[in-house]
Amino acid sequence: MHNILLSLLIWIPIIGGGLVLFTGNDKNAKQARVIGLIVSCLTLLLCIPLVRGFDPHIYTMQFRETVVWIPAYNINYDIGIDGISLTLILLTAFTTFIVILSSWKTIRIRVAQFMAAFLIMQGLMIGVFAAIDSILFYVFWEGILIPMYLSIGIWGSVNRSYASIKFFLYTFFGSAIMLVALLYLYSQSGSFSILSFYEVKLSQSAQNWIFLAFFLAFAVKVPMWPVHTWLPDAHTEAPAGGSVVLAALMLKMGVYGFLRFSLPIVPDACRSLDWLIILLSLIAIAYIGLVAIAQQDMKKLIAYSSIAHMGFATLGCFMIFKIIDKTGNLGDAYMSLEGGMVQMISHAFSSGAMFVVVGILYDKLHTRLIGDYGGVANKMPILAAFFMLFAMANVGLPGTSGFVGEFMVILSGIQASFWITFFAATTLILSASYTLWMYKRVFFGKVANDNVESLTDIRGLDILVFSLLGFMTLFLGIYPQAVLNLLHTTIGHLLDISTYTKLVSL
Amino acid sequence: MNLSAQQLSFIVILAPLLGSLFTGFLGKALGTKASHRIAVTGLGIAFIAALFLCHAITFGNTPPRSFNIYTWALSGTFQFNIGFTLDSLSTIMAVLVTFISFLVHIYSIGYMAGDPGYQRFFSYISLFTFAMLLLVLSNNFLQLFIGWEGVGLVSYLLIGFWFKRDSANAGSFKAFIVNRIGDFGFLLGIALVLAYFGTLNYEQVFAEIPVLANATIRLFPGTDWSLITVICILLFIGAMGKSAQMPLHVWLPESMEGPTPISALIHAATMVTAGIFMICRMSPLYEHSPTALSVVLVVGATGALFTGLIGIVQYDIKRVVAYSTLSQLGYMVAGLGASAYSASLFHLATHACFKALLFLGAGSVIMGMHHDQDMRNMGGLRRYMPITYTTFLIGSLALAAIPPFAGYYSKDAIIEAIGLTQIPGATYAYICVLLGAFVTALYTFRAFFLVFHTQERMDEHTREHLHESPSVVWLPLVCLAVPSIVLGFLFIKPMLYTEPGLLGSSVITLPAYDVLSKMAEEYHGIAAATWQGLLGAPFWLSVFGIFCAWYAYQKAPETPAKLARRFSIFYRILVNKYGFDDFNQTVIVRSVRNLSSWFYFIVDTKCIDNYVVNGTGRMISFLSRLTRQAQTGYLYHYAFVMILGVLIFLCWLMI
Repeated sequence: MHNILLSLLIWIPIIGGGLVLFTGNDKNAKQARVIGLIVSCLTLLLCIPLVRGFDPHIYTMQFRETVVWIPAYNINYDIGIDGISLTLILLTAFTTFIVILSSWKTIRIRVAQFMAAFLIMQGLMIGVFAAIDSILFYVFWEGILIPMYLSIGIWGSVNRSYASIKFFLYTFFGSAIMLVALLYLYSQSGSFSILSFYEVKLSQSAQNWIFLAFFLAFAVKVPMWPVHTWLPDAHTEAPAGGSVVLAALMLKMGVYGFLRFSLPIVPDACRSLDWLIILLSLIAIAYIGLVAIAQQDMKKLIAYSSIAHMGFATLGCFMIFKIIDKTGNLGDAYMSLEGGMVQMISHAFSSGAMFVVVGILYDKLHTRLIGDYGGVANKMPILAAFFMLFAMANVGLPGTSGFVGEFMVILSGIQASFWITFFAATTLILSASYTLWMYKRVFFGKVANDNVESLTDIRGLDILVFSLLGFMTLFLGIYPQAVLNLLHTTIGHLLDISTYTKLVSL
Repeated sequence: MNLSAQQLSFIVILAPLLGSLFTGFLGKALGTKASHRIAVTGLGIAFIAALFLCHAITFGNTPPRSFNIYTWALSGTFQFNIGFTLDSLSTIMAVLVTFISFLVHIYSIGYMAGDPGYQRFFSYISLFTFAMLLLVLSNNFLQLFIGWEGVGLVSYLLIGFWFKRDSANAGSFKAFIVNRIGDFGFLLGIALVLAYFGTLNYEQVFAEIPVLANATIRLFPGTDWSLITVICILLFIGAMGKSAQMPLHVWLPESMEGPTPISALIHAATMVTAGIFMICRMSPLYEHSPTALSVVLVVGATGALFTGLIGIVQYDIKRVVAYSTLSQLGYMVAGLGASAYSASLFHLATHACFKALLFLGAGSVIMGMHHDQDMRNMGGLRRYMPITYTTFLIGSLALAAIPPFAGYYSKDAIIEAIGLTQIPGATYAYICVLLGAFVTALYTFRAFFLVFHTQERMDEHTREHLHESPSVVWLPLVCLAVPSIVLGFLFIKPMLYTEPGLLGSSVITLPAYDVLSKMAEEYHGIAAATWQGLLGAPFWLSVFGIFCAWYAYQKAPETPAKLARRFSIFYRILVNKYGFDDFNQTVIVRSVRNLSSWFYFIVDTKCIDNYVVNGTGRMISFLSRLTRQAQTGYLYHYAFVMILGVLIFLCWLMI
């Protein structure tokens, strides 16, 4: 089983998703839910042999499977994972499990289709993180758009069609350009394997063009300023589960792209254009942080806060050149990249959990506006306590996962430049301002109106969901070494190849 | 039973954590009685363990030690550990924290009785104690920061404990944000430490100092600043937030919205002392930066005088004590600036006792007054609450630095040290702290007379129910009154004037700044020191302050109003607290909000989303509408265009 483990992880959810569709209409909603749960449990269980079989001390791709797919163009079904892929795959399996549990009661129409969409999305997502052939990667990458588009368009709220179209066009536009870059790289290397792209020598100008093509695709996904405006709309209109997948997984695809493609394939372009990403990341942190303060809609606020937090991930990825230039020591740059990775993972827990909370509130009162709430803690103390934990993780409080990534990136930054750290650290004040101000207006105070009066506290299943998320948040905050251990060798290798020039010597 | 220092330190830190987890998660099931028993027992165990630990390390033969517990993160060249330092500084702090916290736990049984959030309250204060212990026992900057922010979190939760009150929510939010502004600087300081020293472990950092003592850093083009000065000032910004130094002091008065036991525990005795503790811990760094010492000295002394002045015009009993806390913290910080670390820590310890006493005493008064905190409605309470009265008097005398009460010895040492130090700003600081002595006595005894003497001003209903508080409330008062009397004369010699002092090698003073050893030469036993104090200026200024308070509020109660009219400008400045709150509210908060709305509505929504993103969509549909015009469907239109095309083509061929 060992050698097809990855395939199982990709295809069990996809086939399972197809099977769920056969339960048909909502009369069999219960069956659909149970099948969905079983499938996601199964993938979660399959992660156990994956972690146990993974050797964190080698950087080469593990669990490799290669099958010829389209021999004429040298396209293969080629999958395998390293530390970065592994952590993101674990995150995907965990998040889907959470989404299915948290949608148990809140999704009441087209349940089978909903379960199918999210299971298929899970399989495709794992495919993205495992693909070594770039065409296979591209297929998975674009494939995800369809179930996500449908989930916003079908289960979304009032303005869903605008948001879903915007989401689709925005992200599709970016990735179409990426395809051009992939084709060019194929013409240079004669293979679509990403690993063979790593070997190709490229001139500076070719690298710059490829960098820009990748940049457009990935920056939209992250999203980075100024191509971020699809995210607040998509988040607000998506159902809670959709928001969770968007925040916890889909945004990570962008940073994953930077790590898998940009840094190792066009290292010299990354080195010469790193200022661009650093600048945009700092804008995301400081400017978007300020924008978040002005939000009246809870989901929009969390969406903007997501953008600001992802700024740390991209910042961490692209500071490495400046750090190495300054200190001359490769070892100093680890913390920057690893901080970016940890930030991605921790952001999945905190913002994912916050979206689940808002989903629960929305399900009861059908409004996301902060002004329609007030004093919720009086009626829902357990929910309030959990939300406080996740809000604090969002604020980056030490002891929660949110602290680790920010801390590592901020501390790395000062080796590159004092001012990078200075602007990045403004998040300490900004994230506290928008998160706690929202918390104060929604949860504290006297019961604001009759609608809030009618609320009842969460029970059973929801408590389980939040306990799982809360456990992960605290575990990662108290013992981040558990994750860093998986990443270390892979990051080291990535640093090696990203700092090695690929310019053609004349 | 013979426990090693390491095992003891685990007990000290884990007992409060377990107490917090039990009461927090199982509180509802356990009920109120079992909950407070668990929390109090946890703290009791921690206190006893801390005593043993302190005894072994500070007074015994056990050598100070630093050890790691586990590796938090390992990333490239950097390693972050969780670990403890067990030396005299950390163990003395641990005793102090657990002692006050233990008493506050007991006191809360009475004060919080009947509150719907009873178990939650105990969970929070135990958690707070855990975070504070994490901070003081740390052997590295990372854990220091974890504890540092941890106490900030619990303080936020506790100030907003009564979350139905808007004022409590506003206060807690403000406290968190202002503390975060301090932490912003603090984190930058830590980042610089890591970047230049390559480690966050105290011992390793301190060992590297001689190498980097002359290093410079260029933040702006053309400026080369001493690296250590920049680090020290950034760390001090963190301390300004936590220890409420001007201008980051604005959160502390508003933290009085929390339950009174919290004011005693957090906002007098422990959390606010974190900054003082941190600078003591970092003494090897600060000693290498005379500039940073000057900044610390001047900021501290300014706070000592000017926040004290505000205390004179407050009518809320808790706010008076809060402003006095600000002022006393100013003394401690100024003492640090004068390199009198031991004196500041000594004052921290005595202050923790008498300030907790005053706060808890104020809480006892507030309970008696049915939660009315306005001193204008009190008066003559000594007849109804004799124990509270006596203990409050002891606390007031200690605060006003009257010998032989504890505050006298510690505060006098700070004033004397500032008088002796030579660094820039010393003269200004000395004037501030001297005048501060008068101000301290004045506001303290103003409150004392207004509450316990003068005529009774409460309404009939309140008067009928006035009585002494229950034993769980007055017992902690008595327990705190004892050290408020004896701590000073018992410990002044070992703490300040012995070589090596109680703090031993935990703090380091360079010979050039070592004012305490100069003072030690002048020290000839406790009797002589006390007698000398009676002849000194600070003592007479204090006595004069008490006299003024007595005259203005007891003897001739019309005086304050007259003075307020005569010096109405000064009065208004004080009532408006120098305008810090107004400035923050109207300038900073408003401009941040305006900026954020402008960014959101104009830049993000209008420019990016409306013009660029949706504009692209509109442009495409506009272009397609244009081209659609051509598709008319009439054959003769198409024929006409075709002929036109053929004509143009022919012309082009022929030319």
